Amino acid sequence: MTATPVRPTHARISPQQAIKDMLILTKRNLMRIVRMPQLLLFATVQPVMFLLLFTYVFGGAIAGPFDNYIDYLIPGILVNTVIFGATNTATGLTEDLAAGVIDRFRSLPMARSAVLAGRTLADFVRSSAVNTLMIFVGYLIGFRPASIGGLLAGLLLALVFGYSMSWVFAVMGLVGRTPEAAQSASFLVVFPFVFASSVFVPVQSMPSWLQVFAENQPVSVIATTVRGLALGVEALPSGKSIEGMVMLSIAWIVGIFLVAAPLGVRYYRRIFS
Amino acid sequence: MSFAVVADSITKTYKGSDVPALGGVSISIERGKVYGLLGPNGAGKTTLIRVLATLLKPDSGRATVEGIDVLADPIGVRTKIGLGGQYAAVDEFLTGRENVVQVGRLYNLSVAEARSRADEVLERINLVDAADRPVRTYSGGMRRRLDLAASLVGKPDVLFLDEPTTGIDPASRVDIWDLIEDLVSGGTTLLLTTQYLEEADYLADMIGVIDHGLLIAEGTADELKERIGGVVIELRVRRDDHDRSMVALRGLTGSEPMYDDEHDLLVVPATDGSQSLIEVVRTMDTAGIPILDIQLHKPTLDDVFLSLTGHVAERSSRTDELGSEVDS
Repeated sequence: MTATPVRPTHARISPQQAIKDMLILTKRNLMRIVRMPQLLLFATVQPVMFLLLFTYVFGGAIAGPFDNYIDYLIPGILVNTVIFGATNTATGLTEDLAAGVIDRFRSLPMARSAVLAGRTLADFVRSSAVNTLMIFVGYLIGFRPASIGGLLAGLLLALVFGYSMSWVFAVMGLVGRTPEAAQSASFLVVFPFVFASSVFVPVQSMPSWLQVFAENQPVSVIATTVRGLALGVEALPSGKSIEGMVMLSIAWIVGIFLVAAPLGVRYYRRIFS
Repeated sequence: MSFAVVADSITKTYKGSDVPALGGVSISIERGKVYGLLGPNGAGKTTLIRVLATLLKPDSGRATVEGIDVLADPIGVRTKIGLGGQYAAVDEFLTGRENVVQVGRLYNLSVAEARSRADEVLERINLVDAADRPVRTYSGGMRRRLDLAASLVGKPDVLFLDEPTTGIDPASRVDIWDLIEDLVSGGTTLLLTTQYLEEADYLADMIGVIDHGLLIAEGTADELKERIGGVVIELRVRRDDHDRSMVALRGLTGSEPMYDDEHDLLVVPATDGSQSLIEVVRTMDTAGIPILDIQLHKPTLDDVFLSLTGHVAERSSRTDELGSEVDS
């Protein structure tokens, strides 16, 4: 109907631009937490409350085998924080989808990867901040790691695990579509994995059928490894080495990421086809 | 003649639906013109915008924006377009200015450029005073204006506005229209969708009427109005006064009024809108004929559909109709 010639523009997104776009969206997602009082409260006061409740309410009952339950608890709390932090990826993504913000982003000449990458990176930064707070509060109430270097290595391992879990929750958000569905689905996954694990209590106290799951599922593997790194090899179950646990943890983290990230990208594209 | 937007036989059926959202729609928009896509909810308006704005892949058909193919070179298209509209996709927790700067940065402007462009568009949409307040404190009309600002910060050649005034009160609606008119006066090509005939009439050089995923009519506002009859005055008089009324009104308009016997109404074309209403009242008063009921009836989307398709626009909500029946 018209003879308008098609002009190739050779428009490309450079890697530098992709990184800049990711950082712009990371900043945006973090601003949201900083500017919304209820989210800031949820991100700071609630984890501190959890830490204090577990230490002083359950601590006495659980403490049996330990000299100091807070030493056992803090590495678990670090893992707990990154998992709950990762669920933000699901809720944040679905809220943006529902609001139409993602439509605007997708109409801009920006890197398409920036929406998911900026989302997961923001949750990584958020978890880093919350975990720094956890270590600080933990120190005030008696947490004493064996070495600072080991603690930092454990912190990093927990954060990287949280990052790969963000992609799992990105998938759940994109499948669930609504913030409500994403949140209920996330919690359905989070609670069994966090509580049937070595995060808060040693798995030896659980019934034997549950122990098999609780000991080998990734959340326990990471929590136990962080504990070994922060407290030394004597904090590990007998027969485990720190090196072995670190390798197993890395295998889980990489494995989860390699399955979830491509799935996340695929579901993200599918929404718009 | 050069076209800024060309859609050729676009079809799209959403997954899980057996009814096509678009059943082969072709439109061409001349560069610098305003095209109004008019239709009820679910007609396919948003789907077409989403295809043209590279948000959605059509099942078949071809589309270009500024000569760039939307499927082959979506990034190229995105450098040329701005998208705004009904969802008013702005961030609640950021200030107005932060929102606009952020979009500018995502158009790959430098920080300094994005800031100066933001100042410029905030000035143009008259939102400078509120620019540093969080958007969550904005009224609906302010959000729409901010949404417009965000869609303009990248200096797009082609602007897509999806129902820019749906859901806002009629008073702010006219402000937004004036703003849009001003914003595109510099030669921007605009495709807007609307459920309101009056909005398309006010803004568009060319109007396409869409229903069930098909373009059922296309033309200028005047051409369409001619097909559906335009604004009319409907009045009711006593039966005994009919003949005298016909004579008096013929004296005024030069032609016999139509008689709608189903509703017992005399129908006179209102060529000058409310001025015609005054003249009709004056004429009837001079002739000493009492008027039992009189109203100015503006053609609505329903009238357009009734006359074009023989059915009422199914999913349009009547309570949201723009033209109230009596208007001054």
